[in-house]
Amino acid sequence: MIAALLRIRTLVQKELLALLRDRRSRAVLFAPAIVQSLLFGYAASYDLNHVPYAVFDEDRSAASRDLIARLDGSGVFDRVAEISRASEIADLVDSRQVLLVIGFGPDFARRMTAGEPANVLIIADGRNSNTAGTALSYVNAIVERFNTNWRERHGLASPPVRVTVRAWYNQNLETRWTMIPALVGTITLLQTLLLTALSVAREREDGTFDQLLVTPIRPTEIMVGKALPATMVGLIQATLILLVAQLWFNIPFAGSFVTLYAGLVLFVVSAVGIGLFISSLVATMQQAMLFSFVLLMPFILLSGLATPIGNMPPAFQYLTFVNPLRYAIDISRRVYLEGAGFADIAPDLWPLAVIGAVTLPVAAWMFRNRLV
Amino acid sequence: MTSGAADGITGRGRRLRALIVKESRQIWRDPSSIALGIVMPAILIVLFGYALSLDVRNTPVALVMEDFSAEAREIAAGFQLSPSFDARVMTSMAAAERAMLAAEVNGIVRIPSGFARGAAAGAAEVQVLVHGTDANTARIIEGYALGAIGKAAERRAAEGQLVAGAGPAVVQSRMWFNEANDSRHFLVPGLIVLIMTLIGAFLTALVMAREWERGTLEAIFVTPVRAGEILLGKTIPYFVMGMIGLAFSVLAGRFLFHVPLRGSLVVLVIASSLYLLVALGIGLVASAVTRSQFVASQIALLVTFLPAMLLSGFLFDLRSMPVAVQAITYVLPARYFVALLQTIFLAGDIWSVILPNGAVLAGMAALLMVLARVATRKRLD
Amino acid sequence: MPVLEARHLRKVFDGFVAVDDVSFAVEPGEVFGLLGPNGAGKSTTMMMLAGLLPPDAGTVLIDGQAFHPRDRALRRTLGVVPQDLAIYPELSARENLEFLGRLYGVRGADLRDRIAEVLERIGLAGRADDRVGDLSGGMKRRLNFGAALLHRPRVLILDEPTVGVDPLSRRELWEIILRLVSDEGLTVLLSTSYLDEAERCQRVAVMHGGKVLAAGPPASVRRLADGRTFLATPPGGEPARILQARLLDDPSVVDAVPEAGRVRLVRADGATGDLDGIETQATSPRFEDGFMVLLNKAGDRKGRAAAPARPAATRDGPAVEVRDLVRRFGAFTAVDHLSFEVRSGEIFGLLGPNGAGKTTTFRMLCGLLPATGGTLRVAGADLRQARASARQRIGYVAQKFSLYGQLSVSENLEFFAGAYGLAGRLRAERIAWAIEEFELTGFARLASGQLPGGYKQRLAMAAALMHQPEILFLDEPTSGADPLARREFWRRITALAQGGVTVIVTTHFMEEAEYCDRVVILDAGRLHAEGTPAEIRALAPARDDREPTMEDAFVAIVEEARRRGDDDRARAA
Repeated sequence: MIAALLRIRTLVQKELLALLRDRRSRAVLFAPAIVQSLLFGYAASYDLNHVPYAVFDEDRSAASRDLIARLDGSGVFDRVAEISRASEIADLVDSRQVLLVIGFGPDFARRMTAGEPANVLIIADGRNSNTAGTALSYVNAIVERFNTNWRERHGLASPPVRVTVRAWYNQNLETRWTMIPALVGTITLLQTLLLTALSVAREREDGTFDQLLVTPIRPTEIMVGKALPATMVGLIQATLILLVAQLWFNIPFAGSFVTLYAGLVLFVVSAVGIGLFISSLVATMQQAMLFSFVLLMPFILLSGLATPIGNMPPAFQYLTFVNPLRYAIDISRRVYLEGAGFADIAPDLWPLAVIGAVTLPVAAWMFRNRLV
Repeated sequence: MTSGAADGITGRGRRLRALIVKESRQIWRDPSSIALGIVMPAILIVLFGYALSLDVRNTPVALVMEDFSAEAREIAAGFQLSPSFDARVMTSMAAAERAMLAAEVNGIVRIPSGFARGAAAGAAEVQVLVHGTDANTARIIEGYALGAIGKAAERRAAEGQLVAGAGPAVVQSRMWFNEANDSRHFLVPGLIVLIMTLIGAFLTALVMAREWERGTLEAIFVTPVRAGEILLGKTIPYFVMGMIGLAFSVLAGRFLFHVPLRGSLVVLVIASSLYLLVALGIGLVASAVTRSQFVASQIALLVTFLPAMLLSGFLFDLRSMPVAVQAITYVLPARYFVALLQTIFLAGDIWSVILPNGAVLAGMAALLMVLARVATRKRLD
Repeated sequence: MPVLEARHLRKVFDGFVAVDDVSFAVEPGEVFGLLGPNGAGKSTTMMMLAGLLPPDAGTVLIDGQAFHPRDRALRRTLGVVPQDLAIYPELSARENLEFLGRLYGVRGADLRDRIAEVLERIGLAGRADDRVGDLSGGMKRRLNFGAALLHRPRVLILDEPTVGVDPLSRRELWEIILRLVSDEGLTVLLSTSYLDEAERCQRVAVMHGGKVLAAGPPASVRRLADGRTFLATPPGGEPARILQARLLDDPSVVDAVPEAGRVRLVRADGATGDLDGIETQATSPRFEDGFMVLLNKAGDRKGRAAAPARPAATRDGPAVEVRDLVRRFGAFTAVDHLSFEVRSGEIFGLLGPNGAGKTTTFRMLCGLLPATGGTLRVAGADLRQARASARQRIGYVAQKFSLYGQLSVSENLEFFAGAYGLAGRLRAERIAWAIEEFELTGFARLASGQLPGGYKQRLAMAAALMHQPEILFLDEPTSGADPLARREFWRRITALAQGGVTVIVTTHFMEEAEYCDRVVILDAGRLHAEGTPAEIRALAPARDDREPTMEDAFVAIVEEARRRGDDDRARAA
């Protein structure tokens, strides 16, 4: 037992030396995690803050100008053109100079004063309908405030039904708050899976794996010796991304670190398990790369990172059950934003444990029994 | 000199043909090119067509009815009938909140007691609580909820009741190019970007670097072949492969996912060719510079694949990114191609978009091909 | 006029002068050999002559015309065969040839005929449509070689064409080369570190440290050892290798190698004195003797004495027992009912051509590969089934360098010490021993991947001996090593065996079998001969010109076995 532990220690030392040996390989391990979390943190957002729009104001009344001023003052909309003919609309939208054209008919103010519904006409560029939809919802909210204000000023009754919306855990519904906790899992998966998938493949290519197998080291010890350092690296990467989330993006952390790390440890172990499993199957690094890549794409696309799992057809929802990232994203979003406790994330924890418990022993067995 | 004459146009053509025949045979027999060139695109088509969607459908929401008046039931029916929601009626707010805490529902719509009374007095309230952990879904629920309640109110207004309550300004919006607001319309063009990148940059970097690693290029260099011919001999087969990928994506988009193609096919093919050449150029330069399959494919992944997903404008709006990030997107070819694809597919042949973006891609393609030639020939001189 | 000429070639890599003022001329129709130890600058010179590397100074002339790498017309004169295989494994032999032929502008019926002709010449006509990846190593080499012949070059440049190739395949390649010279009037320039091949060249140049030490017909080099070459008989049943090791320590001896039960030695210039009363007999020198004299003059080492290493434990009874061992890969039988026994403390050689099943047998013995059938016991256990601790008794050095290239020398040693469960003072002692014994002191902190070739092998040996194993397995340890490195290696093996370590080694340098106590000869997975080197040599057909060598015996045995195999197959069909 002690001998086995000593051998595992030797393996872990070797692995860490090889990984952290020089400045360059250390940089390769950790810099991408930080750069990616910064870059994707900024890039991967459905929120809009620069929506170019054009005004087609046939009314030129105080009312229409008030509404335009509200749009301009929102910090989201940039007025880039004012047009006077309907024929100009197509040009602006087609050439992507504007995302929205907002139009006021000549009787806008008259109808407002008369208490008749006054139309605000909006044309949106739906080439990315998600962006267009988000922009429209911003306009709706601004018009809603404009109406409330108008009613108050003109002593009109409030609408019969008022909708009050409250968002839990993310009051301003910022997508960045949603994305960055999810990136903790995604970036960590990308890196650890590749790292471990390549590790045994590299040893096989270099012949060092045979050299290991002729020593008294057991396959299980090799597996543990590979999994431990990779898990450490994965957790350090996750920690770096968490630091970026809190210190750079200032996203408040609602949960307990103990819970989050319990989830992350299980997740990284399952990712390492999958990586080592790939590694035990392949003979060359090229195959390992291809395998990981072919797996990573569906893992990321079917994780709920960019599109919700609930929107997927049932067959694909079942597929996500074997996807560790699905659970990791759920864990990190819920613990980070909601402050979910152990009991809340238990349904995510045990599948991860199962994935690790299956892949790791199989990988260890394959180390020795793979037919070369 | 006889050998000089043989080295003319015909000699060049024959050598090129030999290179292409060899490459095609290799593609066909090498599992890695099958995996990247055929299996991956197929997986991506299925995932993008069927699995990915930003449209809210059957989102579970809790409907807490504390008032059972006709008015309240009408609002509830709006939710229950909407294809966007899977509304589960609950009797108490506590139960709904428990369901939301357990992430069983993504939102709560509460019609508080006294709703009917409030409505009669013009001061009724509907509360919507959304689960902000997935902000995008939450915002979409919010929008749908407002719309559904607004419609109910409009209906009543039309019936002549509560006219006083109609909002003074009413937003009437039209979504051009995607009236059905179907997210597949912009996901399928994005899919083409990914497939082209995969074949153009990733696969090409891998196979070209393999030739460097194996030393087979050395054997070719001692023949009368020129660096330009070697590059063309690589470019043409993978170009064809990329175009086949394009054909499959367009067909799948058209017939499986019913995405319209409003522009002309010719323009689509030209635009895609330009991007494919850029991707091939990146693959060839990366492999010639690094001469290692591993490093070359990592570079190809980092400078083409991830940016194609995240920094191209295909999912996330570029204009809303910080200036520094936007600056990066300008040097990445994917943004120009996404602009082209979304326009050609959904808007039509809009030259004011096609010409400038196409010109940038053409410039990049030319530059990269020259770079690839220089990097490959360096070895010879 | 020489058809190919090097004039004052010079090449510097990062301040290291790889080739320095090298000049020689290759006359039409001759086979010209470029010889020298590893790192002498042979490959760099060849690359410059082939137009693959521009020289820093000097010129290459083809037919008296200065050759610029971009000059395609002149380049067609050359057929270049790189050292690495430059063929596509996914394509068939014919497809590979078609491809390269078309690049050279050969086409149509001409191409078809030429390919048929080349396939015939390289003896691959029967396998032309098989995937190259499925061909044997020797066949791949021949195809690599055939690829350079398609455009009918006048000069063939071959960079180490026979490195890592077994004697049979080497013979075949040489027959092809000589036939090409006589049939097609080719001129051949080749580099090699097999010194027996030098005798087949019309003229040679011996390189060392980037310079040409001597050039001329092989006899001119051979004559350098005239009157200084002797055969010494070991006293009373002592293995020749023991005497050889002793002789090498004598400062008046330039070189000594075991040969046919005796020791061939070359004495230093003017040395006449008595050699510890050992009986010697003058003999005619070989090329290798002259070569060693040249290198000795250039100040190269001849290897130093090695201290014997003792195993942690010794055992009675056989070290290795193999009974009816079978290993199949699909339909292919790599090892076919193999039985042999290795006694404790002996040096045991597994000899055979490429693909004979040597490495497969090794991998089974070391527990890296399960056997399909039969039994095997190594140090009393089947390592595949036995407890992991049983592996403590063996050491294994793979054919190619297989330590962690990115770790330093001492980190590698520390790792393997730990892997074998050494701890505390013992561990420190063994690491110190390894660094001292294998002369790695100056390199301890260097990444092992950056070690020069010979040192890599020393490190691999050191790692495998860390835990004082009873049995040491060495898979083709001298493949690709130059004559100097091989002598040094065998001195260490001799010392190990003296300490009681059982050494099992595969090799295809047949003269190295002379270092072994017993050898077996394998071909196509079967055992064809077993015995002491003297017993094996006795199986060789008698020759008039000289005593038969190990290689003669080997070739006779394998060819006989193959003939029998063919007959069996013919009868079965």
